[in-house]
Amino acid sequence: MTERPGLVVIGAGPAGLAATLAAAARGVRVTLVDAAPEAGGQFHRQPGAGLGARRTRALHHGWRTWERLRDGLAAHIAAGRVTHLADHHVWCVEGARGAFTAHALLGPGQEESVAVRADAVLLATGGYEKVLPFPGWTLPGVVTAGGAQAMLKGGLVLPGRTAVVAGTGPLLLPVAVGLADAGAKVAALVESADPRAFVRHARVLAAHPDKLAEGARYAARLARHRVGVHVRHTVVAAHGTGRLDAVTVAALDADGRVRDGSERRIPCDSLAVGHGMLPHTDLAETLGCRLDGTGVAVDDEQRTDVPGVWAAGETTGIGGAALSLAEGRIAGLSVAARLDSRAPEPGSYAEAAGARAGLREFFAVVDRVCAPPARWTERVGDDTQVCRCEEVSAAAVREAVDGLGAGDVRTVKLLTRAGMGWCQGRMCGPAVAGLTGCPPTPARRPFARPVPLGVLAREPDASP
Amino acid sequence: MRPRTPARLVRARPEPSFTVTFDGREITVLPGRTIAAALWSAGVVSWRTTRDRGEPRGVFCGIGVCFDCLLTVNGRPNQRACLVRAEPGDVIRTQEGTGHDD
Ligand SMILES: Cc1cc2nc3c(=O)[nH]c(=O)nc-3n(C[C@H](O)[C@H](O)[C@H](O)COP(=O)(O)OP(=O)(O)OC[C@H]3O[C@@H](n4cnc5c(N)ncnc54)[C@H](O)[C@@H]3O)c2cc1C
Ligand code: FES
Repeated sequence: MTERPGLVVIGAGPAGLAATLAAAARGVRVTLVDAAPEAGGQFHRQPGAGLGARRTRALHHGWRTWERLRDGLAAHIAAGRVTHLADHHVWCVEGARGAFTAHALLGPGQEESVAVRADAVLLATGGYEKVLPFPGWTLPGVVTAGGAQAMLKGGLVLPGRTAVVAGTGPLLLPVAVGLADAGAKVAALVESADPRAFVRHARVLAAHPDKLAEGARYAARLARHRVGVHVRHTVVAAHGTGRLDAVTVAALDADGRVRDGSERRIPCDSLAVGHGMLPHTDLAETLGCRLDGTGVAVDDEQRTDVPGVWAAGETTGIGGAALSLAEGRIAGLSVAARLDSRAPEPGSYAEAAGARAGLREFFAVVDRVCAPPARWTERVGDDTQVCRCEEVSAAAVREAVDGLGAGDVRTVKLLTRAGMGWCQGRMCGPAVAGLTGCPPTPARRPFARPVPLGVLAREPDASP
Repeated sequence: MRPRTPARLVRARPEPSFTVTFDGREITVLPGRTIAAALWSAGVVSWRTTRDRGEPRGVFCGIGVCFDCLLTVNGRPNQRACLVRAEPGDVIRTQEGTGHDD
């Protein structure tokens, strides 16, 4: 019996699912590996089954897309074309063209590792949120905006009764609306960017009436919930003893300075904060894939520069669920053709490629408008903890830079231990780079997940 | 009008709840929740103290990336509360420092 060559897809978000469906429909056997107990990724995160949600769509956008992905996946699994390995955390992918092995820890215990072999790999690991430090950001009650959303969608819980949603970027809108719909009082939505800056990109905006309509819908729902929206404002400090009880919000002038006398204290027991997102690139880096900025570099077919390795979705750059879907579909079609030693049929992915081009252009504008506010580093007090894991203060980072002459993130890390803790610098990386005055560089991490020594000693691992 | 809650919003009809202990205190948990979600719903927002400054921490990223939410579950330290599903009878403990010397 001849078996069709196999693809391992890592990540079951919009990108991984779209790729899985496109490839499986063309006869590729797919193993879909994902860390979460259910498929969906961040955007389509589902509540735990035992919670018995009967109207999950009330917490979701793009429900019809999700139904199509979910039902398509179920059909391919039933037909034996796709194997879904949930609760599998991939910590390393190794190999070369035609013979790859993905090593995954079985969650949540994460003490056993299994090996998944495949001819081709698609990295669809998405991204994580970037949060820049400010005084009080380590207080319990301060969570990332996406984290608040993930806890709400997955666990049907709220971070508190009264929330402030703050930072910059398009993610703040669905998070504020979601929290308010679910019963939290959202005391303020604080966005540091100036929406008027979008006017400078009128041509791009005009090409995306759907995005403008989406923004208008969010604005209407925020108004209905009576959420005060403060643009060109920032949270300058979070307050509380042992847990958050208020934040101070202030207006920013055109140079990014706090306007004198504009500070206002808002009582709240939770703050959902985020300053954009960063791609997960660890698996790509261990495979030797080239990065482009902070994301994995890919060509028109979503191929990385390592033969046999594709990447799609936010691991290649941040652009939301619709872009991830388009990239995933293109990757799936490309894999199916290339494993058959063909080029993908002309026109087979023209529609997805058109969507991809438009969305990339749109999110390039979002990225420029929603950049972290100028001078944010000046508001990071000396005793603010920059590295949450190793408890390294801004003073220590500044001393390494000004006193000891460190000029890059790696040297600061060696001198201060910032970035050496559990999260391997994922949380403090952008802040350390900002305080050091250099662009963030991808950190080289040996593994995508902390791996128990026992697992490393026991190699090679079993098949799932 | 009854106040809005996440469960009412999605018309949840959960399976029977169970109990776990958190530092010896009994907590009622709905099935399908992570330990972090179970603690939040019981009003607990911090369960770890940091090694150097002894500061309280709980959930930050909510998706397994930041490792701020570590705690000890059934004797195993350094479990991410935002990832691990609560199971009936779990013995959950706050974690101090590295979790290995308490
Ligand atoms: C916490 C969070 C919440 C968000 N909520 C929203 C929202 O409500 N609305 C919105 O418009 N956008 C939201 N976003 C943005 C969201 O990332 C995109 O809209 C979209 O989900 C990206 O799709 P993707 O397929 O590229 O990646 P994702 O949806 O992020 O999917 C990646 C998948 O890969 C898995 N994975 C990653 N690394 C590994 C590994 N090493 N081993 C195994 N599996 C792995 C993850 O568990 C995840 O399931 C959120 C982002 C984050 C970080
Ligand atoms: S909250 Fe970040 S790892 Fe659990």
